Amino acid sequence: MSDTAILQVDDLRVHFPVRSKGILRRHVNDVKAVDGVSFDVQRGQTLGLVGESGCGKTTTGLAILRLVEPTSGRVHFDGRDVTEFDKRELRAIRKRMAMIFQDPYASLNPRMSIGSIIAEPLEIHGLVPGRAARRNRVGELLELVGLSPDFRNRYPHEFSGGQRQRVGIARALATEPDFIVADEPIAALDVSIQAQIMNLMEALQDELGLTYLFIAHDLAAVQHVSDRIAVMYLGRVVEVADRVTLYEDPKHPYTKALLSAVPVPDPVLERQRRRVVLEGDVPSPIDPPEGCNFSTRCPDRFEPCTTIDPSLRAVGTSHEAACHLYDGKRR
Amino acid sequence: MTGAATSGEAVLSVRDLTVRFGTKRGPARVVNGISYDLAAGETLAIVGESGSGKSVSVLSLMKLIPEPPGKIDGEVIFRGRDLVAASEADLQAVRGNHMAMIFQDPMTSLNPVMTIGHQLTEPMEHHLDLSTTDARTRAVDLLELVGIPSAARRLDDYPHQFSGGMRQRVVIAMGLACDPEVLIADEATTALDVTTQAQIVELVQRLQEQLGMAVIWITHDLGVVAGIADRVLVMYAGRIVEEGLVDDLYADPRHPYTLGLLASLPKPGADRPETLFSIPGLPPDPIVLPPGCAFWDRCTYRLDAACRSDVPELRTVAPGHKVATHYDITAESP
Repeated sequence: MSDTAILQVDDLRVHFPVRSKGILRRHVNDVKAVDGVSFDVQRGQTLGLVGESGCGKTTTGLAILRLVEPTSGRVHFDGRDVTEFDKRELRAIRKRMAMIFQDPYASLNPRMSIGSIIAEPLEIHGLVPGRAARRNRVGELLELVGLSPDFRNRYPHEFSGGQRQRVGIARALATEPDFIVADEPIAALDVSIQAQIMNLMEALQDELGLTYLFIAHDLAAVQHVSDRIAVMYLGRVVEVADRVTLYEDPKHPYTKALLSAVPVPDPVLERQRRRVVLEGDVPSPIDPPEGCNFSTRCPDRFEPCTTIDPSLRAVGTSHEAACHLYDGKRR
Repeated sequence: MTGAATSGEAVLSVRDLTVRFGTKRGPARVVNGISYDLAAGETLAIVGESGSGKSVSVLSLMKLIPEPPGKIDGEVIFRGRDLVAASEADLQAVRGNHMAMIFQDPMTSLNPVMTIGHQLTEPMEHHLDLSTTDARTRAVDLLELVGIPSAARRLDDYPHQFSGGMRQRVVIAMGLACDPEVLIADEATTALDVTTQAQIVELVQRLQEQLGMAVIWITHDLGVVAGIADRVLVMYAGRIVEEGLVDDLYADPRHPYTLGLLASLPKPGADRPETLFSIPGLPPDPIVLPPGCAFWDRCTYRLDAACRSDVPELRTVAPGHKVATHYDITAESP
């Protein structure tokens, strides 16, 4: 499968230093936001990255684009290692990798017109020379995301959340990227608007052959848009599978708990189902538990879990999980 | 399941509640004449998108919106008295005592410079006339009830020393401090992760069974509603557009808006539609509401000429099931 992978992430780590108070500001510890994440994304597909707040999913997305610097690990984009790129190479590759942000109210400069916001990447990369040509291209991009080209002279405050998110998508598409990191693109939107944006993203994927890394905490939405799904917990990927397998045959106890916690809009099903209610809170990424990260909350914990850290291994066809239940340690 | 409220057992009756806000562009008609009853022990969910008026409608039950620019009309009958007409002193006696509220964001609804213990005991000393010692004992009991470990030790901690889920538990404990008959949860789990949300939902349901209070649950999450509600009100542009028992509403939605909302949700599971149904357009501006049905320009049915000119009244289509449309749709409609 990896011959068609456009993105290969290998043992990616992002640690943020924690410094002591006072003058010396000694480096006393690290927030291990991303702590050994590996996955592939196939060309033209969508990988959903799910997890709860603080699990490191956003930092993973940012580190792939080198918008935060990885501490270690490899990120191969189209066969080349992005982590070794110098500034010039990085700038060139960013034409091909774009990002859609969560909050359409914060991600658009309120003092720039919609037209200038979308034209900015074109100018930076020197893509469409000439004002008139750029103006036309902006018009095309607006139409592509379902907005009127006449909106180019308006300002962000004149638009609703859903329309702003469309502008954010048009900006991401300006440089004709192959790969887009979409970080919670629908979380800030109303229910009826979320469906509009998901449909738009899927239509654009079909039309332009885009590859998405779709980062979200909403498992139902992720399952709708993704081909494969990676589940993160406390800086690690704990399970990867295709969307159907993950739902029908989850292996990792955290995935099971997460799936059972997602409310289903069906009162009959809601009454029937049994919830795995996890106890306690997510541990601090400064001082993660010994052994398996999830061992402090795991309902299936047994002896090796508190001492040996499980690695991601195959538990089925293109289905991987990091759990001692499946690596022969359980007798 | 407690079933539909009858007026005899209603703990709260809202009649023709209207809330307007004065703005530079003219009055914003945020809540436009809503009426409902809340039965003892019942869980009533009010669903709607941002701007539908659901939060303002419950804030105005206890007159928790500033007047002016707000203006509340109608009746809120609670414990035999109309709260809209009540004096500030009478309202003070109700707020946090007989009717309590859990807000969305536990970081802004707790005072960051007061200990949890202080914030918990304040309403008890005020409403229940408890001594400081008794109030602290009760505070510990409440924190244990909502599942905070080593509660006695944590009483003197400040809000920032708790995680998001734990903070929301503290806010729930505050809501329960005086054994309210009615607890209002305004997007109480929206800011939380799903696993924490599941913990909080289970907690409120268990407490409701133990303490017998009625709960009004405000949310935009139709998944949460399916799991907790006995009855559901769907609000759009400040009006109730559909009302029914939770099973009836999900199995047989009769308003195009409810139908659209339910159809636009991705359902976890193997079979997925190519594209999700999506409601076109945007909700109307409360300052310039259309003369007819507020949903008109987004509606795929609008088959009756009256849709454009007359606001549809809420009418009964099945026992306990009401809908505000001119054109009656069913699940089998085109």
